[in-house]
Amino acid sequence: MLAGGTDIFVVLRQGSISPNYLVSLEKIPELAYIDFEDKFLRIGPTTTLREIERNKEIQEEYKALFEAVRQVGSVQVRSMATLAGNICNASPAADTATPLLVFDAQVSVLGPNGERTILLSDFFKGPKKNELKSGEIVTEVQIPRADKNLKSAFIKISRVSQDLSKVNAAAALKLDSRKVCSEARLALGAVAPVPLRINKCEALVTGKSLSGGLIEEVIEALSGQISPITDLRSTSEYRNEISKVALKRVLSQIMEE
Amino acid sequence: MRKIKLNVNGEMHELEIKDSRTLLEVIREDLNLTGAKFGCGSGECGACTMLVDGKPILSCLTLALEADGKEVTTVEGMAKDGELHPIQQAYIDEFAVQCGYCTSGLIMITKALLEENPNPTEEEVKEFIKGNLCRCTGYVKIIKAVLKAAEVMRRRG
Repeated sequence: MLAGGTDIFVVLRQGSISPNYLVSLEKIPELAYIDFEDKFLRIGPTTTLREIERNKEIQEEYKALFEAVRQVGSVQVRSMATLAGNICNASPAADTATPLLVFDAQVSVLGPNGERTILLSDFFKGPKKNELKSGEIVTEVQIPRADKNLKSAFIKISRVSQDLSKVNAAAALKLDSRKVCSEARLALGAVAPVPLRINKCEALVTGKSLSGGLIEEVIEALSGQISPITDLRSTSEYRNEISKVALKRVLSQIMEE
Repeated sequence: MRKIKLNVNGEMHELEIKDSRTLLEVIREDLNLTGAKFGCGSGECGACTMLVDGKPILSCLTLALEADGKEVTTVEGMAKDGELHPIQQAYIDEFAVQCGYCTSGLIMITKALLEENPNPTEEEVKEFIKGNLCRCTGYVKIIKAVLKAAEVMRRRG
């Protein structure tokens, strides 16, 4: 299934996959949409990252997603690449995965046995591996509408921003008028086989008011929850350290807002 | 083999091509428009940038089939009636070209930028052209050229 092609043509050219057929979605313009409905923001399977980046409502309501999308690759890549494709590709470093995780996004999936919905937190199974069964395709990305008290932030650590992330972090916190956090969702990318929510850290923030001291506590609790590898972009040691910095920065951004 | 129609720089072409060929290959080899270059083949360098229905895309990662029925603009479509486009002229005037391999891609991304933002700041220029690698100039003269082209185009309306 071919949407933007920015991932698949690279691996085709390397010869690491050789499918018999590719089905292009190019001539079905109805598949590209951004619909704000009561319960969900619905994003079509061929909606490009550039279309998402330029949507003013997304910029306001889903700041972390906007910040992530605008830092993916170049204008050219974003004019081709799709959100659904970035998810299906299931890279542990996918920039859009962490914000979608903190917004509790889900994907709608269609296959020979009918339709089902998969929470994004259940979707990633390992590097380049996802929950889709043979014959299944993602037909929509659904993001619960975010109320006004939900504040979010995203940070990408990379050599230059068009590179893939060494580490990325996203946070979404529900804050009341006294800045007490009633719900905390934190996610890190490129630190484990899949982009992941860091539940222990979330629990530390829930029910408390954000402060510099609390943020220090949260980042100290991070070790043990992540297992970064060494690859050409970074070492495991560096990723362990810089993850703390990324997490500290997203939380500080929300605190200072 | 499959038949496609491509409107390239305002001229209609009917072509019969193999499904697996990229837009870049067809434009360069079948239409002999060799301005767009093959660089990295993986979406890092921007040398193959063209506009398809006005959007800047990487033609080495696009099948020619996917551009069927669409309008493609390459660097060859920039000059009109023997006169260079203001963007091309600005690249010459500001000495923004050395070896030239990246230039056609940069001119196309500059066109895409100035169509949506006729008065960009230097920061906005840097952000927009960062997917086009140039290993000669160090970008300073390219950024000057983009800003100058913007100014000339605004003046001409």
